[in-house]
Amino acid sequence: MSANGQDGAQVAQRGRGGEVAFDHVRMAFGSRVIFDDLTCRFPAGQISVILGGSGSGKSTLLRLIGGLLHPRAGHVRVGDKELTTLAERGLYAVREQIGMMFQAGALLDSFSVYDNLAFPLREHTRLSEAEIRERVHAKLTAVGLSADEDRLLPGQLSGGMLKRVALARAIIRDPQYLLCDEPFSGLDTISARRIENLLKDLNRSLGVTMIVISHDVPSTLRMADHVLVLVRKAAVQGTPSELRASKDPLVANLISADVDEAVLTAKGVEG
Amino acid sequence: MKAIQNLGFSALNFVEQLGRFTAFSGSAMLQALRPPFRMGVFFDELYKLGVLSLVIICVSGAAVGAVLALQGYNTLQRFGATDSLGAVVGISLLRELGPVLTALLATGRAGSATTAEIGTMVATEQLDGLRMMAVNPMSFVVVPRLLAMIVVMPLLSALFITCGMGGGYLVGVSLMGVDGGRYMSNLYANVDFHEDVVGSLVKAVVFGVVVGLISTWRGFTSKPNSAGVSAATTSTVVTASVTVLLLDYIVTALWGI
Repeated sequence: MSANGQDGAQVAQRGRGGEVAFDHVRMAFGSRVIFDDLTCRFPAGQISVILGGSGSGKSTLLRLIGGLLHPRAGHVRVGDKELTTLAERGLYAVREQIGMMFQAGALLDSFSVYDNLAFPLREHTRLSEAEIRERVHAKLTAVGLSADEDRLLPGQLSGGMLKRVALARAIIRDPQYLLCDEPFSGLDTISARRIENLLKDLNRSLGVTMIVISHDVPSTLRMADHVLVLVRKAAVQGTPSELRASKDPLVANLISADVDEAVLTAKGVEG
Repeated sequence: MKAIQNLGFSALNFVEQLGRFTAFSGSAMLQALRPPFRMGVFFDELYKLGVLSLVIICVSGAAVGAVLALQGYNTLQRFGATDSLGAVVGISLLRELGPVLTALLATGRAGSATTAEIGTMVATEQLDGLRMMAVNPMSFVVVPRLLAMIVVMPLLSALFITCGMGGGYLVGVSLMGVDGGRYMSNLYANVDFHEDVVGSLVKAVVFGVVVGLISTWRGFTSKPNSAGVSAATTSTVVTASVTVLLLDYIVTALWGI
């Protein structure tokens, strides 16, 4: 098999993601404490959704998993790698297995949509330009964008398109771990449902460990295998039905807010 | 008591910033020696920092040379030494005005643009996006801009000096009536290639390193909001300009360039 063929196969057949774990993590910005003693698990190969109020530390949690922030104390583990003991070079090795969709996109603004998606492939694989083009257009189609839109610059995209391009870039290398910061906000219902189905398909077909921040409780209950609720600088976690039965009124209210009863019935959540 | 506290805090902050800047500079220099060498980004930056600065450098160089010739002629006339005008204009431009004014102009045009661009990338999480794609922003963003600034500075300085000499010749010979042959022969006779020309280029390279490091560092460490980017850009212009002027004195005093 050619080098290019090997790279292609490697990208297409990357293994199932492992567990992500936080142990007694303390995180603060100056004197503002975000997590006091956070211990939680994101199960391997499952879709975990993080819920919580504004400023509860949802995005901080994703940044800790990506090694973009370092905790004051405690341990963060991605698969078998303990991030708090890794040097910068080790962190880059872990990040090669992670795809991250930022809340505001974080697309390179001087690159076209095509170049933004092709960039990780050009950096980390030896795929030919034809193979890169094929993969870029496949991912654009998967998120509901047409190949004609690949010449646009990020500044020419609407908010919803920007989100979808950011997601397409995050999944371009079929990562083992996918971190999504509010993938549904700013999307119309059809686009949101398309993204939801895409995430579910990715999870089922590739076993990607997926961690999604969402404010949308119905979609959370539709897609989540595991839910983490950030309250009082710590976390409460479980399946959607376990959390809805929680005796903590804050958790129960958060998970029940605006819930579509039909969805709960479909998921077998007891009222 | 409060004033002493503030002074101590400022001193500590300065030392901390200096330490961080040194670490950043070391990291950038090390990264410049490691692959991947991003030639595409480097040539893009050469274009942005160099080609787009050509007009301001040429116009400023010609204007400075013209003023220098005008002032020089009036002064030299008192001593009956107007034939030396070529040497006065040439040596002044080569040894001091060329590299220093080019560095100041490059700071205002290219350095501030570099800081603003990197600062905007910080504010819009593009640098974090690169890190999450396992691409080191030091390699992709900082090193090409730093190297481009180092390469471009002596070239712009040489252009500034050439235009300055042109402006000086025009005013001295065409306007003030100095003999063209004597103007040029005096210039050739008094300019030493190693001491003046090479020294001038070395000075420009040193200023390129300083402006490149300060502008990328300020952008890299700017606060992630519009006020932060604005403050970082202003800080680049102030810090780099003052550093260039101080360094000019030090380089001249130590090495006689």
